[in-house]
Amino acid sequence: MTPETSKPVLEVENLQTEFATPNGALRAVDGVSFSLSPGEIIGLVGESGSGKSVTGFSLLGLVDAPGRIAGGSVKLDGTELVGMSPQDLRKRRGKEIAMIFQDPIATLNPLLTIGQQMEMALAAHEKLSRKAAAEKSAEALARVGIPSARERLTSYPHEFSGGMRQRAAIAIALLHRPAVVVADEPTTALDVSIQAQIIHEMKALARDYGVAMIWISHDLAVVSALASRILVMYAGRLVEEGPSAQVLRDPRHPYTRGLIDSLPSATAPGQMLTQIPGSMPALGALPPGCAFAPRCSFATDACGARPEMVQFGARGWRCLHPLGLEQKERAAS
Amino acid sequence: MTDISPPQKATPPLLLFWREFRRNRVAAVALGLTVLLVFVAVFAPLIAPQDPYDLGALSLMDARRPPGFTGSGGYTHILGTDPQGRDLLSAILYGLRISIEIGIMAGAIALAIGATLGVVAAYLGGWVESLIMRIVDLQLSFPAILLALVLSALLGQGKAQLVTALVAAQYAYFARTAYGAATSERRKDYIEAALATPLHARRVVFKHLLPNCAPPLIVVATVQIASSISLEATLSFLGLGLPVTEPSLGMLISNGFPYMMSGRYWISVYPGVMLILLIMAINIVGDQIRDQLNPRLRR
Amino acid sequence: MKPRDQYLKVEDVSKTFTSRQTMGGKLARAITRKGPPPGLQAVSGVTLELAKGQTLGLVGESGCGKSTLGRIMAGIHSPSAGTVRIDGLPVMEHGKKTTTAVQTVFQDPFASLDPRMKVGDAVAEGPILHGLIMPSMAQKYVERWFARVGLDPSLSHRYPHQFSGGQRQRIAIARALAMQPKLLICDEPVASLDVSIQAQVINLFLELRRELELTCVFISHDLSVVRHVSDRVAVMYLGRIVELGETQSVFGRPAHPYTAALLDSVPRIAAEGEALVEFKPIEGEIPSPLNPPPGCHFAPRCPR
Repeated sequence: MTPETSKPVLEVENLQTEFATPNGALRAVDGVSFSLSPGEIIGLVGESGSGKSVTGFSLLGLVDAPGRIAGGSVKLDGTELVGMSPQDLRKRRGKEIAMIFQDPIATLNPLLTIGQQMEMALAAHEKLSRKAAAEKSAEALARVGIPSARERLTSYPHEFSGGMRQRAAIAIALLHRPAVVVADEPTTALDVSIQAQIIHEMKALARDYGVAMIWISHDLAVVSALASRILVMYAGRLVEEGPSAQVLRDPRHPYTRGLIDSLPSATAPGQMLTQIPGSMPALGALPPGCAFAPRCSFATDACGARPEMVQFGARGWRCLHPLGLEQKERAAS
Repeated sequence: MTDISPPQKATPPLLLFWREFRRNRVAAVALGLTVLLVFVAVFAPLIAPQDPYDLGALSLMDARRPPGFTGSGGYTHILGTDPQGRDLLSAILYGLRISIEIGIMAGAIALAIGATLGVVAAYLGGWVESLIMRIVDLQLSFPAILLALVLSALLGQGKAQLVTALVAAQYAYFARTAYGAATSERRKDYIEAALATPLHARRVVFKHLLPNCAPPLIVVATVQIASSISLEATLSFLGLGLPVTEPSLGMLISNGFPYMMSGRYWISVYPGVMLILLIMAINIVGDQIRDQLNPRLRR
Repeated sequence: MKPRDQYLKVEDVSKTFTSRQTMGGKLARAITRKGPPPGLQAVSGVTLELAKGQTLGLVGESGCGKSTLGRIMAGIHSPSAGTVRIDGLPVMEHGKKTTTAVQTVFQDPFASLDPRMKVGDAVAEGPILHGLIMPSMAQKYVERWFARVGLDPSLSHRYPHQFSGGQRQRIAIARALAMQPKLLICDEPVASLDVSIQAQVINLFLELRRELELTCVFISHDLSVVRHVSDRVAVMYLGRIVELGETQSVFGRPAHPYTAALLDSVPRIAAEGEALVEFKPIEGEIPSPLNPPPGCHFAPRCPR
């Protein structure tokens, strides 16, 4: 599937989400734009406080007071979601766009069996007989790799292991074959072997059913195994985007470079890791220009002004001193 | 290698607490009233127009006079006089002083005993926990007033006896609360870290565990001070609590009670109003503190 | 092995957790004449040794017993059987920790520092109580440790909530090292930190380890972190050590099928010219430790 040729299923334009605080509004998401094609998996990467999760919640209109979407547009299959009435949003949520959370306990009701919960989720958007609903639920569970799915319908969430619970939550999110699934760190709390299984199955689901996915994670390696495209966020802004392999091998933004280099696997065992000095500034205390400038070894006075996103082919970066380019230019001149 | 980012400049937590507290107008007014009443009680000897203990200054001629009566002392009794001819306002101020004193004393001692028992039970576990908590549970299944009543009847009148009875009736609430808080704190890593150092158990309990159980205990303490004031008033009204030489609010109400039906309402009603104001104010303050300290009620 | 290699000596350590019995539960069991409730075998028959100045990596998935083993070595839990000795001396005697020679850094720096104690006092507390320093010297001592872990010494009068996660973990490291331990147990010390902060803390760890010639046990579920910091690795599965050896050989040529499968499950960034990495996930899930399969615990999932 080539993302360029198919019509995007989700278009996000200059999305802005703010949180009201006693000291004024904090912009947790600041001008995020991207589009998503059917069957495509995008990785949204960032550290805590980067605004990656808030972006995910904003897409589904799940930002509660004191937060609000302050501007921009989110178009799902051409329909604008920003400013839509809560009732209309609710109709689409779960059916056309769904979310998977880090903690499946938050989405599963401990007092109902998995089967009852799936039945309720089905009944919310379509009319089915109980038998047909059970049929469909078992099918959905089997699809995410839960063995003897039919028997497991009568189990309660606490009878499932952590991995099984997350699978069940994924099965519920995929019940209506939504066009877009937003997954917020869905494997972070799981063991590596279970994570590997789930990533494996998610890739198959995207491929077989054309579900488009936004995979939010702090883990570059996980994202690289899943996503064809990567968006990197820092302090509420997108700082780099592009095809995963290119971004990870040849990053343009110094922050992306820093993230990749600080992984232990990037350095020989026992040697000092390459580290980014300092930590991400609080949203209330962002520097005026490039938010990464105080931690960046390439920063100059020019970085005091806010850099715009530079688009170049499939890639984009928000940096005045993009890596890999200046060197090339210098070599050329 | 130095971590360059400065730690957050934090507003002192007490200031933050006060800012949030202030937002609830009713609670702010209640707090103001509580502070005012405590202030008035502390400085009663300076504020009261008359010393109600100075029997020489009393005249039976002035007894049971209505509010606004100017007596032989030469000043106006704003709230009237009691059956002994005392200025009722002065008697109320002194009564308030005794009530608050007893309430705080009983509350503080019950807090110290109850919190220690609860935290130790949670920390040690095993048979110590079973023993302490079963006794506490048993006691909580009786109404506090019943126990206080029986105890003060047995112990007799007097300040020390009354405080003992109140403490015995109330420590169990503190023990329950401290136990609940401590069992959840006990499992946290910082306790494990302290034990892994290793620090002495006594230090872990009193220096680490107990301070972290403080928030719910503060809430219970405010409510329990109010309730020991009302318990004391009840006991004094029944003639069990304090001797006649130390007239608390409860005793003032009791003194005026026989005259209620004869139209001399003020002798009972004004001390009663004062008691209600005090208890209500403390309870509203306690409720607000509870709401602010309970993370589940936060927005 | 030479005695020097037995600086840390763990001998046949097992730990069984029994669910705590309530009075009612005991009574019910007495009436129905049932035996005590079945225990959970968290660690069974672990024996290992570590030379002075070396770092042992302890890896495994959740429920494998690595944290329990770490806590036994740290003297937080007492083992049901077996002994742990550091430099020839037992860590625990009669169920009580008797030595300050082992100190621990915990996973979550938001939970492992007492929220109501100033961080400087937390660092000085143990050394003062154990007579390592005089109370009058505490301030100087704390400042020295703060500088050593890369924190501004003037911040010692603040409370934990005023620091970021990475800074708190530095404080926790300072607190452990201020006790001048012979063995440092790090229980997932970077698991709750962001990637860029994780690198800073790992570097601090590497630096301090070299300067102080520390002997360490480094517990982590993150294989790449363990590979980076440890000399030797122990892989645990359902309470048992399934593979133990030099880091290079365990990661390079894993002998146990579980180790091999675990290594294959770890997502990694593809190297230059390499196609997107495909995983070979391990079949099935970890069995319940309450009822482990007989024989080799891994047999039901083993591809070989």
